[in-house]
Amino acid sequence: MKKNNCCSKNPVIKLPAGERLCKSHFTKYFEGKVFRTIRQFNLIGKKERIVAALSGGKDSLTLLHILNKLSKQNPRIKVEAITIDEGIKGYREKTLKTAKKFCKKNKIKLNLFSFKKEFGLKLDNMIDVLNEKPCTVCGILRRYLLNKKSKELGFTKLATGHNLDDECQSIMMNQFKNNMQASARLGPISGVNKNKKFVPRIKPLYLCTEKETAIYAYSNNLLDNFTECPNITESYRAEIRNMLNDFEQKFPGTKHSIINSFLQILPELKSGFKEQGLNYCNICQEPASKGKCNACRLLDKIKKSKIDV
Amino acid sequence: MKLNVFYDRENTEKTIELADNSSVKDLLKKMKINPVTVIVGIKDQIVLEDEKLKDKGNIKIISVISGG
Repeated sequence: MKKNNCCSKNPVIKLPAGERLCKSHFTKYFEGKVFRTIRQFNLIGKKERIVAALSGGKDSLTLLHILNKLSKQNPRIKVEAITIDEGIKGYREKTLKTAKKFCKKNKIKLNLFSFKKEFGLKLDNMIDVLNEKPCTVCGILRRYLLNKKSKELGFTKLATGHNLDDECQSIMMNQFKNNMQASARLGPISGVNKNKKFVPRIKPLYLCTEKETAIYAYSNNLLDNFTECPNITESYRAEIRNMLNDFEQKFPGTKHSIINSFLQILPELKSGFKEQGLNYCNICQEPASKGKCNACRLLDKIKKSKIDV
Repeated sequence: MKLNVFYDRENTEKTIELADNSSVKDLLKKMKINPVTVIVGIKDQIVLEDEKLKDKGNIKIISVISGG
């Protein structure tokens, strides 16, 4: 990358190889990395209707901002956003406001759905009656709605803001819990079987670290306030995240090594855990590994506990 | 030197005392913050870990971690 004095005067990042980049050169570097990731893993075809999962946090705002740029360069790529309001008091209201403001400013259509409207209860109330960790309930029901609604709205790809740190955490969590089947579903693109019930999911920020993504978001003024989900401290993922960050600080390059070695074994994992035929939930007809999908299993539990009360 | 530091994760402003000629890295070490997890800004300008700190300087530490 051709650089001027600007990079030595006002650097916003020092790359692992020691190179310093100013805001403008870092922006080009970061966007270049995302576009290369899209090409390398064939995430986006020539003609697509992409929906970006938008939480209003730095990752999803960065993702949507870059996909929107791509769409402007290539009119055959259409981009919209989808937001799920789980109902987390003191958190979701703020991020929802950011998401709406961003879409309005950039003229991007926002498709908004809520747990309350779709399932009858907010996440906060679900946790009161379920004996499950909030992140488990939130994750299952959010993924369920994202896939279902993206498919109903006719999108060809569902893009998420998962970055390199998120993926590293998932890889290590699955390793620690001996759940290689879950790791087989990871990677920069997943859900690409010809099943009409699945919208393929893509992760264009796959090779961008959390810190790089935050620097991009802040230096491009995509958001200004810090917001963190109040449930995060209770999660196993948070423990893994802290451990990985400690390792990264002591041994720089650890996270990249985890991703690179994982990408080497991913094809083997995918073929080893190839879906054995396709099953559908006997309640909602959505894809399921067993007779009942995880979302219906949770909703059933909620229904029963309400009756007990 | 005494520095006023705002850490968004804790939503607090603290006064931190450091030796003269200290860097951003020294500040994070003193506050027991892993540099991998934050961005540091001085007067809304992102600064790197080896940047030397000057007195008072309106320092902001922004957490980059997210997700549950």
